[in-house]
Amino acid sequence: MTEKLFAIPATLKDIPTHYCPGCHHGIIHRLVAEAIQELGVQDKAIGVAPVGCSVLCYDYFNIDMQEAAHGRAPAVATGIKRVHPEAVVFTYQGDGDLASIGCAEIVHAAARSEKITTIFVNNAIYGMTGGQMAPTSLVGQVTTTSPYGRKEDSCGKPIQMSEMLSTLHGPKFIARVAVNNPANMAKAKAAIKKAFEINVKGEGFALVEVLSTCPTNWGMSPVEAVSWLEKNMLPYFPLGIFKSEEVAK
Amino acid sequence: MAEKILMKGNEAIGEAAVVAGCRHYFGYPITPQSELIEYMAKRLPQVDGVFLQAESEVSAINMVYGAAGAGARVMTSSSSPGFSLKQEGISYIAGAELPCVLVNVQRGGPGLGSIQPGQADYFQATKGGGHGDYHNIVIAPNSVQELVDMTILSFDLADQYRNPVVLLADGAIGQMMEPVEFREVTAKNIEKPWASTGLHGRSETNVINSLFLKPDECEKHNKHLQEKYAVIEKNEVRYESIHVEDADLVLVAYGITSRIVFSAMEKARKEGMKVGLIRPISLWPFPYKPIEDASAHAKAFLTVEMSAGQMVEDVRLAVGRTKPVYFYGRTGGMIPNSAEIYDQIVTIMQAKGGK
Amino acid sequence: MTHEIVMAGFGGQGVLLVGQLLAYAGMLEEKQVSWMPSYGPEMRGGTANCSVIISEEPIGAPIIAEPTAVVAMNLPSMDKFAPSIKTGGVLIINSSLISTEPNRKDLVIYKVPANEIANEIGNSKVANMVILGAVIAATDAVTVDGAIKAFQKKFASKPKMFTVNEQAIRRGMECVINAGK
Repeated sequence: MTEKLFAIPATLKDIPTHYCPGCHHGIIHRLVAEAIQELGVQDKAIGVAPVGCSVLCYDYFNIDMQEAAHGRAPAVATGIKRVHPEAVVFTYQGDGDLASIGCAEIVHAAARSEKITTIFVNNAIYGMTGGQMAPTSLVGQVTTTSPYGRKEDSCGKPIQMSEMLSTLHGPKFIARVAVNNPANMAKAKAAIKKAFEINVKGEGFALVEVLSTCPTNWGMSPVEAVSWLEKNMLPYFPLGIFKSEEVAK
Repeated sequence: MAEKILMKGNEAIGEAAVVAGCRHYFGYPITPQSELIEYMAKRLPQVDGVFLQAESEVSAINMVYGAAGAGARVMTSSSSPGFSLKQEGISYIAGAELPCVLVNVQRGGPGLGSIQPGQADYFQATKGGGHGDYHNIVIAPNSVQELVDMTILSFDLADQYRNPVVLLADGAIGQMMEPVEFREVTAKNIEKPWASTGLHGRSETNVINSLFLKPDECEKHNKHLQEKYAVIEKNEVRYESIHVEDADLVLVAYGITSRIVFSAMEKARKEGMKVGLIRPISLWPFPYKPIEDASAHAKAFLTVEMSAGQMVEDVRLAVGRTKPVYFYGRTGGMIPNSAEIYDQIVTIMQAKGGK
Repeated sequence: MTHEIVMAGFGGQGVLLVGQLLAYAGMLEEKQVSWMPSYGPEMRGGTANCSVIISEEPIGAPIIAEPTAVVAMNLPSMDKFAPSIKTGGVLIINSSLISTEPNRKDLVIYKVPANEIANEIGNSKVANMVILGAVIAATDAVTVDGAIKAFQKKFASKPKMFTVNEQAIRRGMECVINAGK
């Protein structure tokens, strides 16, 4: 008698993704899919895909999806949620999408405490367009549009979105997690699940920022990329829960 | 027959939307359409609808995208500068084939322009506005009653063709009050099996999308859109024709300008001049055929707009090179008066040897 | 007969409301009507005017080039609109605020001390209703009963206002009739 210990969740389609080797999007997709699956809300989940590397996530989630214009996912999600208040609506966005062009949309969705979940994947670079500087690129980080390294005096320091959004009254839960090792993956899964639980209960806005590698555009092997993330991103983008009812208490 | 009430154009659009079954509105304040957003803020909660003031026009149009993709009858409204901001979203909406009604209460441009009435967004509304090959259905009412009737029609057309419909008004028609009646409406309930509503037992996911990474697939989608546009061009041309049969001079004007032109035409007719009027009601699809037909007997055409000359290009396309097409326009928020237009008529008629 | 009436004053004098009530009354009397405001960034104290057309025929342009009647609630309004009135047309002046003589001799001119009359009635806010009465008496565009009915419909939730406003309308009419209409 055999027992199946590992399977693709029904919330993910069994098809190959286009992601590069070592990219964390695949892991993060899975954690999101698992959370939705475990909460039993696949039937009423509606996702919003961004513009960026994860633009095609509408092909991967076995869930009704809408593809939004660059940065506008929180506005699109707002429109959906206001039509189907019972639906579990979420956005999946990258750093260029959420922290640059879509800053207004995410701030106001958070301020309204729109009853949606946002998964914010921060890999400190624009992936799909070929490795340009992101609002979250680190000072000194070399990208195709900061070929001499990001300069603080002309570009400022990277935006810490979780910290910034935590200053608003609206959000019910904001956490930053990473998927660089199994322990952090477990924490990431717990945070994502928590964010969706808040969604299912209709409590308000929840966001999980997930730090991710981009080996291709960072110009590294997957293993090097993980250690670059640990050495450079973790100190500036500390992991933790920035806002939750527990923290408030 | 329903009781007549005196209503501002902007508010009449709002009530007509409610009558048409619109329960979702997302907008951002701008003169001269603010009465509409204010009306929706007050009215929609009374019918268990959703009103949301967005953080920008950009967000408002994307909320419309989300709501339309989720299957709702949804509307947004703005005026020229704000409508420019919506163009990105409108292109996506056209690409993803989402039904919605978008109101532009036009004012003088370009840039911040003026807040007085204008018609200089004709190109933007009818020729694209955003990127890519697409068409909005564009409807241009010329009275408050027609605003009501055409708003209701717009929702039906949007659903029928899965296409954005632009209700192109202007500051004058939005601000003026006229008696209106809300006739009994049987709201068409069109099934939207394509909407993203959550699977609810469905096996295939519904994805609202305008991205086709493979160019052959994108071309196939474009062909599909063009086929749809051809059907709309065939079925949805709307116009009004007055005294055109025997006219030596055919006037062409839409929206509020058509009424001023009508007054000038009446005066000219009283003076014995054979002048007629073709009023496009649908600006896209444009009534090329009736204008072309009129060119068989008319000696000349005069297009009047509150612009530097935009619709006149379509009139010239319809007429061809056989007959002269004259243009008279005011810009920047200036409204032409009927005396100015009458003078234009007299000048042209004298040059053509007619009285 | 097509009445093309322009009402002008400074913001807050209630000229837009007077225009609306005229249009409303015309509608109740089954005439064709339109009301068109000027609009701008000024909310209070700036200039305000509206164009009201009341006609037996369908209305073409809702914008008035040559008014058949003008109401000037203050001097800038008289200076702006009096020159455009049709020959033989009506000019109603709020003589409480305008002491300058109009320079047109081809008009029927009524001077109505609207603010004084309103104060006599005991409510300074109803000066615009005094003017409404004057317009009705001077132009016969609508009936006084129609105007009162329009007022009562528009302010159905404020019946306490009816008496004083009706009084103001009738005083405005008397002012025109006594002037020899």
